[in-house]
Amino acid sequence: MSPSTEASTAARPRPRRRRSALQRKQTRLAWLMLLPALAAVGFVAFYPLGQTIYYSFTDQQFLAGIEPTKWVGLENYKDLIHDTLFRDSVVLTIKFTAITVGFEFVLGMIIALVVNSGFKGRGVMRAMMLVPWAIPTVVAAQMWKWMYNDIYGVVNDAGVRLHLISHNVAWISQPNTALASAAAVDIWKTTPFVALLLLAGLQVIPTELYEAARVDGASAWRQFWRITLPLLRPAILVALIFRTLDALRVFDVFYVFFGNRPDTQTMAIFAQDAIVGTGDVGYGSAACVAIFLIIGVFTVIYVTFMRVEQQ
Amino acid sequence: MSSAAEATTRAPSVARVRVRKPLRKRLMRIPFYLLIAAIFIYTVFPFYWAIRSSITPESDLFTTPLRYFPAHPTLSHFREVLSSGEFQRALINSTIVAGAVTLISLALGSVASYALGRFRFRGRAFAMYLMLSMTIFPQIAILGALFTLINKFGLYNTLPALIFSDLILTLPFTVWVLTSFMAALPKDLEEAAYVDGASPLQVFYKVLLPLIAPGLVTTGLLAFITAWNEYLYALSFTQDPEHHTITVAITTFTSGKGNTFELPWGQIMAATVVVTVPLIVLTLILQRRILAGLTAGAVKG
Repeated sequence: MSPSTEASTAARPRPRRRRSALQRKQTRLAWLMLLPALAAVGFVAFYPLGQTIYYSFTDQQFLAGIEPTKWVGLENYKDLIHDTLFRDSVVLTIKFTAITVGFEFVLGMIIALVVNSGFKGRGVMRAMMLVPWAIPTVVAAQMWKWMYNDIYGVVNDAGVRLHLISHNVAWISQPNTALASAAAVDIWKTTPFVALLLLAGLQVIPTELYEAARVDGASAWRQFWRITLPLLRPAILVALIFRTLDALRVFDVFYVFFGNRPDTQTMAIFAQDAIVGTGDVGYGSAACVAIFLIIGVFTVIYVTFMRVEQQ
Repeated sequence: MSSAAEATTRAPSVARVRVRKPLRKRLMRIPFYLLIAAIFIYTVFPFYWAIRSSITPESDLFTTPLRYFPAHPTLSHFREVLSSGEFQRALINSTIVAGAVTLISLALGSVASYALGRFRFRGRAFAMYLMLSMTIFPQIAILGALFTLINKFGLYNTLPALIFSDLILTLPFTVWVLTSFMAALPKDLEEAAYVDGASPLQVFYKVLLPLIAPGLVTTGLLAFITAWNEYLYALSFTQDPEHHTITVAITTFTSGKGNTFELPWGQIMAATVVVTVPLIVLTLILQRRILAGLTAGAVKG
């Protein structure tokens, strides 16, 4: 160890463990290797995030040059709060999130338990479950849009044949079925993924626990509530967090189904339409920041919940 | 002692259950298999319907009592889609974008994962936490600034704009997943190399990189799928069909020939099949690895 390091260590107010030259070299090397990735993330995420926040306080337009950009303070946010279109989009997105996450969790749990119980063809089943996850959401949305077709769609045809509906329904264009029809696509596409996450959690629960419970005469129902559910908690939380955060920024399905139709705008569509459609970057950025904050609030709630769980 | 006693007392009951099991079990299993069948149909039916529609001729597609099995299968929709210049262009564009995004993510990610997975240093936890939090970064949150930034650099309506912005979706999880692969390698490997006088860089690409090749394949595939499926940025940052990726192209089919008001659904479904099949094949081949990569977080909690 060189004397200069010793001196600097001694000069520190709090006594610290001396770090060897090798360690310092390692730290420097490690940060050097991290630098490209960190710089890229900074450039693609943090810088634009800062800029978006800045724009949200200005009247920045996409087609600049006509008038210089002005600082408008909280004007955009005030407008946003009074914008019924935006408020509706927040309500719609939260409804969508509640519906899809709820269904995906319950259905995903059932599927995970079924697959975990073991049967012939279980491997095939598990492979099949990855398929909806792998295909583009846009493609899934197109497939379903055709299935929902009001005249030639299979949903109407099958529904009428099975006497579930008395006549064809325009699932996508009718306001009262629009949300449900979009939610069904998300549920179809993502439930298998939730099931796979839960399945991974189920498979690490030691089987001895169930054996012991069976010896004690516990019913399958009781085993589920007393063993499976508590031990699955980490996997459940991870699945719920991922799904909630994903659902809150939903864009693809709604855009493919409804475009920027006013009554079916999600938060993301509202912001995208303001920025790209209208070219009102300042106002749209305020919406982006609002979305970021809303998602942030949900994240904090979940993370706090997890912390409490762990203690 | 006690276990032996237990075994002897339990033995008869086990034998009795074994004898009685087959019939009862078979009966019990009927609803179970019905449930499996229902799950299977639910998962697969939309694909079946897309395939069925893609090989059903136009005239059968738009007639009302629907046929659930195509009576006159045809490949004409596939021929039309694959010979369309716009669709070909979109396939090429998506391949370029997703390929470039994957390569850049793997290059930057593997180096970063070497640092995070094999070194102990100050700020490591912070860097890990930063990358993890970036994996859930909502891409819509930076749309306004990205849009302006891309325009400022003259990248609006170009593929580099998409390559650049898709990195935010792929890079953080690439770093994260590769780090878990790096950290799992045994310690003595590189120590032996260091003793032989190898530099950290040599250790990285001669010893560690070959060992995490499976991890690179898995992560690369996940990154590729993410970029291939991306829609928001592709929709916002490109304008003319020349630069459309596959996700945008598939939503911009307009009603073609004939005087029907319907979209050319046969062609659209053929396009969805074309786009989906490679992903399905790759996913099925690499399913075990993908599963391991995707569920790593859930198991560890």
